[in-house]
Amino acid sequence: MYPTKYTKAASIDDAVKALGADEEAKILSGGQTLIATMKQHLAAPTGLVDVRSIAGMVGTSLDGDTLVIGAATTHAEVAGSAEVQKHTPALACLASGIGDPAVRHAGTIGGSVANNDPAADYPAALLALGATVVTNQREIGADDFFDGLFGTALEEGEIITAVKFPKAQAAAYVKFRQPASLFALVGVFVAKGSDGIRVTVTGAGDEGVFRSEALEAALTGDWSEAAAKGADVSAEGLMSDIHGTAAYRANLIKVMAARAVAAA
Amino acid sequence: MTKVKMTVNGKAVTREVSGETLLSEFLREDLRLTGTHIGCDTSQCGACVVHIDGKAVKSCTTLAAATDGAEVTTIEGLANGDLHPMQAAFKEHHGLQCGFCTPGMIMSGVDMVNRYKAEGREVTAEAVRHELEGNICRCTGYHNIVKAVQDAATKM
Repeated sequence: MYPTKYTKAASIDDAVKALGADEEAKILSGGQTLIATMKQHLAAPTGLVDVRSIAGMVGTSLDGDTLVIGAATTHAEVAGSAEVQKHTPALACLASGIGDPAVRHAGTIGGSVANNDPAADYPAALLALGATVVTNQREIGADDFFDGLFGTALEEGEIITAVKFPKAQAAAYVKFRQPASLFALVGVFVAKGSDGIRVTVTGAGDEGVFRSEALEAALTGDWSEAAAKGADVSAEGLMSDIHGTAAYRANLIKVMAARAVAAA
Repeated sequence: MTKVKMTVNGKAVTREVSGETLLSEFLREDLRLTGTHIGCDTSQCGACVVHIDGKAVKSCTTLAAATDGAEVTTIEGLANGDLHPMQAAFKEHHGLQCGFCTPGMIMSGVDMVNRYKAEGREVTAEAVRHELEGNICRCTGYHNIVKAVQDAATKM
């Protein structure tokens, strides 16, 4: 790894100051992607600002019907949270399936969302559930947050502090894992919420996480496995790589969606 | 450089570390605790798993500087005079061949059994295989590792 300066931020102000002092600094919130990337020399931030010790960044709570998850809450903590299990069991289930146990003890929801890996699980959940990303500056709806491969609406010096989830009537996430990386080859999140049925797909899109109009149309009239399997999911705009062609992924999207509907 | 104070295998340790020092490097090169192995460079193999505040993490994907104030347990810290039940079970069931992955397997196994016991869940063979997804062994074919973890679960 190239040299880097580590700063443990005690407060948001502290973190903003450290990020402002070094243009090349990055936020460290779990490091399960960032440190691995730095080891490969694919990233070389000259500074790392650790936000995990900032008060209020860790934990889950219910605010009426809204579930609030602190940005530095680990996947294991989300999976084991009584509030999450009560509010949106699908989210606890999703968190319990990220990577492996050691990764889940370190990786955080804020880190995953900010990184927006095209095969990460959380972006699919946020987009399907209509979540809101809370930062030190504003609140950003999931629809406006994710912006292509590894892209987000976050500005320089903007730090995610929490993610807020409204309650869904039904929700489930099912993925087909790439067995070596444990990332989703295709993951589908289905949710029935106040603004209708939303179906999101991770692992498959050329531009990262996306809503599947075909599945949403098919499931809106008929919330059933058969409807999901019969949806007209196109291979256009899907990734092709050594793990699978776009056509294979298109088929997997329908199969994962059908399983998710059955589980919801 | 960042000054870090932590407890490693019950002993207080204070050192200056650079920002990019990985916990695995710190344990092996500064503290000479070479039982923690580095098997891959991609955070996938699990040979480097240690416990930080009782939880299994990959020390090769953790910064030493971020571990300030933590309690770290490595494979060297498990035995207390006698082998830990997990170590004894790996020996008994021949849960290793070359032994390179074994420290990580054992640290992950102990973490898993502790969590399952706390939650009152049964340590089934299927559960062990699922929990050891982040630990890769190139020799054994895993069968004896699974047997060892299940056996240790009855003795921990």
